[in-house]
Amino acid sequence: MYKFNYVKADSVDAAAAAVSGSEDGKILAGGMTLLPTMKQRLAAPSDLVDLGGIDALKGIEVSGDSVTIGAMTTHATVAASADVAGAIPALTELASGIGDPQVRNRGTIGGSVANSDPSADYPAAVVALGATVVTNKREIAGDDFFLDIFETALEEDEIITAVRFPIPEKAAYIKFPNPASRYAVVGVFVCTGGGDVRVGVTGAGPCAFRATGIEDALKADFSAAAVDGVTVDGSEFNEDMHASAEFRTSLVSVGAKRAVAALS
Amino acid sequence: MSKIHVSTTVNGDPVEFLCEPQQTLLDVLRDELQLTGSKEGCASGDCGACSIELDGRLVCSCLVLGAEAEGRDVETVESIAVGDTLHPVQAKILEHGALQCGYCTPGFVVAAKALLDRNPDPTETEVRYWLAGNLCRCTGYDKIVGAVLDAASEMRGETS
Repeated sequence: MYKFNYVKADSVDAAAAAVSGSEDGKILAGGMTLLPTMKQRLAAPSDLVDLGGIDALKGIEVSGDSVTIGAMTTHATVAASADVAGAIPALTELASGIGDPQVRNRGTIGGSVANSDPSADYPAAVVALGATVVTNKREIAGDDFFLDIFETALEEDEIITAVRFPIPEKAAYIKFPNPASRYAVVGVFVCTGGGDVRVGVTGAGPCAFRATGIEDALKADFSAAAVDGVTVDGSEFNEDMHASAEFRTSLVSVGAKRAVAALS
Repeated sequence: MSKIHVSTTVNGDPVEFLCEPQQTLLDVLRDELQLTGSKEGCASGDCGACSIELDGRLVCSCLVLGAEAEGRDVETVESIAVGDTLHPVQAKILEHGALQCGYCTPGFVVAAKALLDRNPDPTETEVRYWLAGNLCRCTGYDKIVGAVLDAASEMRGETS
């Protein structure tokens, strides 16, 4: 790692001020991506502003129609939450499938969402469930949050404080994990409620997105066969050593069909 | 840049140290506190050789900054044996020959103990799922999993 200043913030306002006042400051949440990236010298922030001491950013609140998860809540906490399991069991399942125990004990929902890794799990749930990303400045709709690979609607000194998920009637998350990292080669999150069907996809494109063609087909006929009739456009999909774009295109359909089967 | 003063608890003892911002907790344990049981393997959170417990949570110490340990409770592999008496996980790893080069072993010991502290009667699947963050390139895992299941059985008071 290159040298940097370490700042431990005791409030979100102090953290935002520390980032604004620095040359090229970055927020440290769980550090599961940022620290390896800095070790590889792919990132060299002037300052690292640690949110780990801000208790207000940790915790889970379930109300009648939503689940609100504090930005610094770890994946392990979400995975073990009986409240989340009672409201949106697909979300606990998603959290329990992230990485390995060491990663789940440090990695946070705010960090995962803010990073917009194309293979991260939470973004699929954020777009599918129509979640709201709450920051220190405003509330951002899940549909407007992920812009591109590692790019979100967040401004430089904007800090996620919580993610609020509406509770759907039913939801299922199907992931094809990389067998080594458990990152999603493709992950498909399907939810239903109020006559609507929403399908969020991660791993396939530059960032998480909704598969609107599959949504329309499932609204007309909620069956695996309906997904077969939809042609997924994989022309912009990721190609890497783990999977070709063609394979990822196929996995989007297969994942959607398995999710529908799980919900039927 | 001045060093950061950190007060923490390591293996039950109050410990103070000075560290650079870019020193990881693993760097501090090994280079400042001479606790060299935790190993650096990948240095990127994949291999688990640096596993420790931080406030009772299994984590990779290579992805925790030394400065982040302020006020926290750190338990390393050095705390697991009591004097010359090995923890059952350690004894069973020896008995099963569940290591070759031994570099990953401290991480497996910490991770396996953390599992058995929470779940005294895990299934083989649960053991494999829990140890997913610890890599071993020698054994092929079967002997490690067998040793952990055997240790669990012994700790429950069953004869093996």
